[in-house]
Amino acid sequence: MNPFLIAGVLILILVVFIWSLYNGLVTSKMRVKEAWSGIDVQLKRRTDLIPNLIETVKGYAKHEKEVFENVTKARAALMSAGGPHDKAKAEGELTGALKSLFAVAEAYPELKASENFVQLQKELGDTEDKIAYARQFYNTSVLDYNTRIKVFPAVLFAGSLGFTDEEFYEAEEGERKKVEVKFS
Amino acid sequence: MNVYSQVQSNRTRTYIIMALFMVFIATVAYIFGQGSGEGLSWAGLALIVSGLMNLGSYWWGDKMEASRKDNFDFYTVAENLAIAGGIPKPKLYVIDDTAPNAFATGRDPSHAVVCATTGLLDKLDRRELEGVIAHELSHVKNYDTRLMSIVAILVGSIAFLADWFMRSLWWGRGRDREDRGSSSSIFLILGIVLAILSPIIATIIQLAISRRREFLADASGALLTRNPDGLARALEKISGDKEVLEAATNATAHLYIVNPFKGKNFGAWFAGLFDTHPPLAERIKILRSM
Repeated sequence: MNPFLIAGVLILILVVFIWSLYNGLVTSKMRVKEAWSGIDVQLKRRTDLIPNLIETVKGYAKHEKEVFENVTKARAALMSAGGPHDKAKAEGELTGALKSLFAVAEAYPELKASENFVQLQKELGDTEDKIAYARQFYNTSVLDYNTRIKVFPAVLFAGSLGFTDEEFYEAEEGERKKVEVKFS
Repeated sequence: MNVYSQVQSNRTRTYIIMALFMVFIATVAYIFGQGSGEGLSWAGLALIVSGLMNLGSYWWGDKMEASRKDNFDFYTVAENLAIAGGIPKPKLYVIDDTAPNAFATGRDPSHAVVCATTGLLDKLDRRELEGVIAHELSHVKNYDTRLMSIVAILVGSIAFLADWFMRSLWWGRGRDREDRGSSSSIFLILGIVLAILSPIIATIIQLAISRRREFLADASGALLTRNPDGLARALEKISGDKEVLEAATNATAHLYIVNPFKGKNFGAWFAGLFDTHPPLAERIKILRSM
């Protein structure tokens, strides 16, 4: 056997291996990006629902100015926030502000009976579910990606090729109860 | 074993089972062909025809597409879980039946269909419905639906072949074949034995696969919702309901979230062998312990 041939085959195998490893990392990183835009879409949906909600509540409860201001402020903060950490924080604040808005609504039976309000409440609840699930998918993708760039042998070159840790999207409040799932 | 490797081993096992099943069918078809004295040509034709017929059977029955307006919870919950699983939103249908049940089908996540009965949508709250839909979507995500559709088609084909073989014997009498050798009569006897046994064997294989998949779908559904309690409560509610689903047939029973024929227990020891689903009490117990 020609030693050059053997060396050539070995190098070829190495090249193919690194090639596929690199492509795997790129795919994984793209998935994180896609998952992030999934969260973005749902956050936007939520901020889009809020002006309508405020208008509806105003129709019945004009004097609760402070609550409306808080919600509007939190909404604006969420819209201008960027990056997982800031967005998560702004989202937590908006959730808090909305909670006090719904607490205020409790005092107005006519508002609670209004079809428009009930529908908006349903939509907002659904959007919160959607955000929670989008966050879950995003965090799973981030975990997968962060693990990939830290295991051997990817860890040797991932950093120098620009693959760095992505940030988790962590909820400020325990909106959804975390449940441990075991598989045996 | 975590859920990710479960999915992987599920796929590997799928290929093995499918290969074995193909060999089984080919053997049966060969013996029938030899036994009836007409060779492989009609057996091949029978396979194709019966496959098409079985495929078509999924689309029979009374159903209509769910809309966001009329089935808000069903529609949005499915949408949300699709987000969680990173798969496209499945097509949603509602079957007009008061017995609470649901099933999923479709060859891969981008062609998935989830059906729920009006009884299910009326009786369950949002979180319980979430558990059920997550279970169904897990079937799709784990490629159970594809596997089970193929298995259902194969089982149907076997039954069809056996039936066809017996009929061809009956009607073949007219054109007497006196040039038959002794090997042909061996195949004839073998064929009759297989015609009786093969549908039963095929069914037992199908049901064993089906039961295994239910546990897996329960587990990965819980991983999707992070709330095993939702499905546990839903199963309790469904098990408390004694109605029998009218739309279900033997061929589609394994596709549902709970056995559509529940309540028809023989109480015999071998009855468990012919169940499409594991006992509800056991499923609930496992979900509660997650």
